[in-house]
Formats: sequence, structure tokens, C-alpha cells
Amino acid sequence: MRYLPHSAADREHMLGVIGAGSIDELFAPVPRSVLGTFSPDLPDHQPEFGVEAHMRALAGRNHAAGDGPFFIGAGAYRHHVPATVDHLIQRSEWLTAYTPYQPEISQGTLQMLFEFQTQVARLTGMEVANASMYDGSTATAEAVLMARRITRKNKVILSGGLHPHYRDTVVTYLSGEEGLQCLSPSPEGQGDIVDRIDDQTAAIVIQTPDFYGHLRNVSALADAAHEKGALLIVVVTEIVSLGLLEAPGALGADIVVAEGQSIGNPLTFGGPYVGLLACREKFVRQMPGRLCGETVDAEGQRGFVLTLSTREQHIRREKATSNICTNSGLCALAFSIHLSLLGEKGLTRLARLNHSRATALADALAGAGIEVLNRTFFNEMTVRLPQPAVPVVEALAAKGILAGVPVSRLEPGKPEVENLLVLAATELTTDADIAALVDGLKGELA
Amino acid sequence: MSMNAQGRPTAPAPETRPAASGPAALLPAEPLLFEIGDHDHSGVDLPDVEISDDRLGGLRRKAPLDLPGLTEPEAMRHYVRLSRRNYSIDSGMYPLGSCTMKHNPRLNEKMARLPGFADIHPLQPVSTVQGALMAMEQLSHWLMELTNTAAVALSPKAGAHGELCGMMAIKAAHEARGQGHRRIVLVPESAHGTNPATAAFLGYAVRSIDANENGTVDVAAVKAALSDDVAAIMLTNPNTCGLFESQIIEIAAAVHEAGAYFYCDGANFNAIMGVVRPGDLGIDAMHINLHKTFSTPHGGGGPGSGPVVLSEALAPHAPVPFVTRDGDSLGLAEHAGEGSLGRLTAFHGQMGMYIRALTYMLSHGADGLAQAARDAVLNANYLKARLDDLFTVPFDGQPVMHEVLFDDSFLKGSGISTLDFAKAMIDEGYHPMTMYFPLVVQGAMLIEPTESESLQTLDAFVETMRELAEDAKAGNVGRFAQAPMRAPLRRLDETRAARQPRLKYQPLAAAAE
Repeated sequence: MRYLPHSAADREHMLGVIGAGSIDELFAPVPRSVLGTFSPDLPDHQPEFGVEAHMRALAGRNHAAGDGPFFIGAGAYRHHVPATVDHLIQRSEWLTAYTPYQPEISQGTLQMLFEFQTQVARLTGMEVANASMYDGSTATAEAVLMARRITRKNKVILSGGLHPHYRDTVVTYLSGEEGLQCLSPSPEGQGDIVDRIDDQTAAIVIQTPDFYGHLRNVSALADAAHEKGALLIVVVTEIVSLGLLEAPGALGADIVVAEGQSIGNPLTFGGPYVGLLACREKFVRQMPGRLCGETVDAEGQRGFVLTLSTREQHIRREKATSNICTNSGLCALAFSIHLSLLGEKGLTRLARLNHSRATALADALAGAGIEVLNRTFFNEMTVRLPQPAVPVVEALAAKGILAGVPVSRLEPGKPEVENLLVLAATELTTDADIAALVDGLKGELA
Repeated sequence: MSMNAQGRPTAPAPETRPAASGPAALLPAEPLLFEIGDHDHSGVDLPDVEISDDRLGGLRRKAPLDLPGLTEPEAMRHYVRLSRRNYSIDSGMYPLGSCTMKHNPRLNEKMARLPGFADIHPLQPVSTVQGALMAMEQLSHWLMELTNTAAVALSPKAGAHGELCGMMAIKAAHEARGQGHRRIVLVPESAHGTNPATAAFLGYAVRSIDANENGTVDVAAVKAALSDDVAAIMLTNPNTCGLFESQIIEIAAAVHEAGAYFYCDGANFNAIMGVVRPGDLGIDAMHINLHKTFSTPHGGGGPGSGPVVLSEALAPHAPVPFVTRDGDSLGLAEHAGEGSLGRLTAFHGQMGMYIRALTYMLSHGADGLAQAARDAVLNANYLKARLDDLFTVPFDGQPVMHEVLFDDSFLKGSGISTLDFAKAMIDEGYHPMTMYFPLVVQGAMLIEPTESESLQTLDAFVETMRELAEDAKAGNVGRFAQAPMRAPLRRLDETRAARQPRLKYQPLAAAAE
């Protein structure tokens, strides 16, 4: 077997040193009734080309986003990732290193994380950011828990514009606990969250651009929350938007969580992605997840270490701020490299280009008589079709056009959203793609 | 180096290191991105399009982003230079106990990058992703066959997330049976910190169980702790001392007898994959770290992937989403039905890791996986046999499994700590073992060689470890207290980092305020 270095002679020699007659003897503590008493329904080992053929056949049964016109967003976005990013993250020293618990021989990862934290803090307009979370949805759930710890209050209100999967994740994390209020879906950008904030409110959670694409007025919500002593958690699922829109931190957010997938990371059917979590400095000791900090070595040279680990489970065990052990290191690296390549100039241009393509899409849809619900958007919008969206999307998929996400896929059993379709455009969306979509929609709606 | 008023460094350090401190020519200090990039540089060519404010609701950014950019050659050099300041499995043995730092086959990476896997969206119509769902179904089949369990929840994002999933399933099962009053979870002291943290997260009171003098848990101790208030036991097997819990079948029976469930921490599944099926031991839930046992890369701290296998009793409480089959057509159940614990993450989990793990499984086959487990156990016992005359083994009643635990009594009186010893290993070219874990022994040193290390590598490691131990016993304190001396940096001041947290770059002027 190509991955196992021992020859039969090596194993014999080692058993001799150990003083055992066979490897089976080393399994002596295992009850005999369960040791090797089964024959799994699994194949034996295969050469590399056999495995590759098997996996290629599976991959070949999927319609890749790049195979045709593509308008799906809803929390994961198809952007171009520079070749340099994927080359660099496959270097052995990045790919096959462990968590940097030995800082003297992990300065690469640690300095990268310090740079990543700085980038995320600047992008979100916050004072501190952690070294990444599993993804945006779990980061949102952790932010809710964090807000409850900080305020020592229970009530949390989730906006109707929050991604339904994010809402469902928060609901699961808080199952059995009191105080969670989930507002009804708000596809038109409506919302009555402000009226519901009271003195018992730990936090309100809003998303901007929201699930339906609307841009939310963060400042007004921040004022309303702060007036009652509640925190404002702002969720961003399309991080590229911050290249064009004001940073939530500058508008009064207390905690910003985001999905960072759009920068540096491919779609990959939903994961692995990279969650971002940033907050005000005074909340740092209530943050979940890893943090990297600057220090010096014994000779006074600048270096970096994981720090404030007294928040974490390996030190605090049942008193930890979270049970999290892993961050999303390699995805954070991809994010950081891509963002370094973009820089101020590149991200600004990329964001404008996305908005420009989305504007072209909105205009084309409206021009075809399709009702676009958004007055505001970044690169994503909701349309109301004259008929249920699911069969339309299925029919277009059969023609090679991936037309967006029917809201009912995420909000089943709600007739008011049955005709709604969420569509995104990115820098990769061409005029020809838009023309094909509009033609296809016209055909299905006729 | 210049210091600001708080004594913090504010500029890249000049190269004043003595030659003995490291190969400066190959491993120069690398300035921060913020010290080399600026707002005018970019490594991405994009058109500069004009846009109107009509659809921006007055929310257009006014403040600059303040994000430095690098051109492609600058970025390449920055990240290549940084990378060279990392140790990695590909460059040397990484014997971190409980972390299973095995070889990461590159076929896995190649397969995960096929556009049919990397360029598909989680919300595409399921008719367009049948191959992806088949891959998930096949991975589930492998995991269930290897564990003899009834179901698998793929979506947890990492091991601790899998623990959360498994314990939530247990909680849901109790509630469904009218046993929601059970408030206690039993956790041995040797457990990973994530176990008590997870139980506490779900509102359970954590009660510790002592190990016996052999380092394992007695069924009698478990029976004594069981009651109508106990919801579950969380046990790692093989445990974190590297030992197989030989009374585990009796423990599982006692737990079930008391109406509780058995959560098994699967962090150490590498020792037994293809050799022992946890389902045969009586477990109800177990997470499997694909990034340990099934070789998906650790990536400097994630992404992980922590699918959870579930017994018949817990299967109805599995989270969404999961793959469904109707004849030849695969689908996805995305909404929690009655009994399901709900949704743990947006989308379907770590698909990129599923592809890597499935590729690894297909490469090994059932025969290769069993051989890998057997070699991992052989390697750990070989290290134990070659080191136990110089190092002290706290629990020596039985063969170890895939890792060997030493304590620090061999260093007694030397003035050298486990930490010092570990740092001296760095100077000899090795990543240190896991230190001070598990907590049940003094100055723990937990060594897990994995099946990936050749006899030649193990012998070289043994020679180094023996030489270090002899030098420690001879009282050569300086070599240890000063270590590391040959790494890119000397020992780092972690206390200062925690007392004066400096968590992002601030330019000179701002930092000096």
C-alpha cells in the first residue's frame, strides 16, 4: 500500500524489539468478541488511477457553476479566485501544519493569522477580529451566545432578512433556551424589529445586504438597540459588498459576523468556508475561537502567539466561552492571500464591478416585465414571478441555466414566498448569461 | 528595535541575530503585509467601472478600507517566505498525541479541485448535483460500515461541532422519551477539553469520573456514578492515555441499563479503524475527525470535519441536511422533521473534506485502512519499547494503542520541565509531542507517531529522544532552558501577549500614542 512505509521485514523486526509475536498481540486489551470479527461491505485498496477514475465519474455527474449561465447566491457566491491563491495554499508548509501551538516553528501561520485579523478588523470597521470560525452561520450563533454573556440578558431578535439557514442554525444552538424571537421573512425589506427591542433584549441580529438583497440601515438600528442597552449584531454573507458599502463598525455595530467564502474560497457545495467574527475591543474576553497576538521572543524579536486562551476549552473546560477547538485556518489563509492581492484598489473595483453586473441583471429582468422587489441591492436581488419559482428553476436547469434560488427551498410551507426567486450576479456574470436567463424566463413564464 | 511607551515593538526587527540562532539566509524575518503593501498596488487586474448611487440607499462607503495590496510577485514572495517559518508533516515527523498527524495524500487535493466538486453551489437544484450526493452517500456508507452504526450526520464542521451534534441528539432522544430531566453528563478527567465544554454548553452538569491506576475507567466507577439523573457518558476510546478501555462493553451495558447514552469521542479512531467497530462496543454516537483519521489536511488549524455516526436509538434525531434516496435518484432532506435536532450549519457541511476523505478511503480500501491502524499501533508500541528505560510510563499494564504517554518523573530533580524538553526537541528538528495533556499525569508527553513514519524515521527519532533524555539526566540544563536556539525565533513571551493583547497591526504613529 503506497502510503504505508513498512515492509514485512520491518514489521517483524519491530515486533521483535517490542517482544510481541504479532500485531494482534498488541490488540490484547480489545475484547476478543469484537476484534476483527467482521467483514465490511467495502472494496480493497486501489491504484491511484482507479481511485481517480471513480472520483472523476462522480464529479462528472454534477453541473458545475462554470458550465453555463449561473445566478445562484444566497450565502455562497461564485467569484474568480486568482491562480496564485490556490497555488500558495497547497504549499506543504501551509497545508500540512497543525494548529500553531509551538510558536517558534509556526510563525508562518501565526503571522498570517495576525494579518488576517487585521484585514478583517479593517474591512468590518471593528476594533478586533478573531482567527476565524467554521463559517458565517456558526459564527452568527456564537455571536448570539456572546451577546447574551456580555449583556447577561436572554432576549435575542433575529431579523426577517437573516438568511433562513443562519436563523435555523441559531435556533438549534439555542434549543431549549428562552428568549429567542425569529421575525417572519421580510422579502420586501420591511421590518418591525425596532418596536420589539426592550430592556430585556441582549441583541438584535440583522443582515446586510439581507437574504433578499436589500441594504439595511445599520445606523438607525444601532441607535435603537443601544438606547435599550442591547447589542447590534450585523451579519454579512457577501463580504465583497464591504468594498462598496460602509463598514458595519462605522455605523454602530457591536459584533460583526460574516461569511468570508467570497474572497479566496471556491463554492465546494457549501464548505469548507471561513467565518469572520469581529467586535469592539472591550468584548474581546467574551469572544469565542482562537486569537493571535503579537509579542517578542527571548531576544526581543517580534513574534506571534495564540493568546487569551483562558477563554478556550482546552484550558477552561466546562467554563470555556465556547466548545470550539478548530478554526478555519487554510480558508482564512486563502481569504488573506486573495485580499492581499486585491488590496484597497482591487476590492473597491471588484465590488463596483459586482454592483454593476447586478444592476445590468436587475434592469434586464425589469425590462422583461419581471417584478424586482429591491429598491436597493449590492449584487443580489429578489424577483416575484407570476407562478411558483421551483418548477421554473427546474425547467431552466434542464436547459443548463442555473437561475437562482427559490425562496421556498429555504422557507417551505409559506405560500407568500412560493413565487419568489433570489438571484445574484458577480464579476463572472456576462451580458450573454443575462440574455440567456431573461430569454429562458420569458419562455417559462409565457 | 524601537519600543513604544508600553514596551511594545513597533517596527520590524533588524537582523541582529547571532549566526548560531538560525539559518537567517533561508529564513529571514518577513515584514508584515501592512509594512510592504500599499493602497495603489494590486495583484488583480479589474476594469474600473463607474456606478451610480441609485440602488445604494445612501450607504456607499465613505471611509477608505485601508487595505494594503501586493502585486502577484510580491504576494508570492511574502507568502512563500512566511510558509518557510512553519514546520509541517511534509518536512518532518509531527508526533502530536491525539492529533494524528499522518501523511496527506495529494490525490485527495487533486480530486477536491475537480470542477464537478469545487465549482458547485450548495443550493443548485439537486438534479444538477447527483454526483455530489452520491459522494456523500458513499462516504456515509464507509463510515457506517467501519463503525457498525445505523446513521451518520455528515454536516458537523469539526470534531467539537460533531460532539455538539452527538450530544444534542442524545438530549433530543431523552426529551422524546420523557427523560428530559436528566441533567448530568459523566466525563473522565482524561477527556479532551471539548467534552466538558460541549456538555456544559448544552446545560448539563459535568461530573468527573476517576481512572483506575492502569489509566482506564472501571465499570464499577461508572456504575457508582450512574443514576436516573445521568443523561450520558462521554468516553474517548482508545483513551487519551493511548489505552484501549478494556471494560468498554460492560460500561456501555451499564450506561444503557441506567437509561443513559454513550457518547464516544472518536478522536483516536485511527488506532482501530477497520479492526474494531465502535458500534460493536455499544456506542450511541461518535464523531470522526476526517482531518485526523482520514487524512484531510490540518491546514494550520482547520478546516476540520466531524461527521457523527449514530446508533438506531439516536438516528431519528439526526440533524438536517441528509441525503435521501428514491430509486436511482438522490435528494436532500433540508428541513427538520419531528425528532430531528435541527440544523447545525448553513448548507451541507465540509464537502471539500468529504471528497478528500472518500478518496483516501478508496485508495486504502478496507484492507489498507486496517493495515494503517495496525501499523499505527505497531509504531507507538515500538517507540514505547525503545524509550521506556529512559522515559517514565505512568500506566504500564497493557500494550498501548496508537500513541504512548510518558510523564515527567524521569526529569525529576533535573530542573528541566516538559516544556523545556519539548523546546529542545525543536532544536533537533522535531515538532514536539503533545504536552501537559492528558491532565491525569504530571507533565504529560503524549507521542503519536501514526502509521506514516518509516522504521528509519522512528529510529532516528528514538536516538534523538534518548540523547536528549540522557543529557537532561546529566544536568545539562542550559540546552533545555535556552531552547529553542536553532528555530527562526527564540522562546516567545506568551504572558506578555496575554497581558497586553495586541491583536492587530497598528502603524507606528498610532501605536506610539
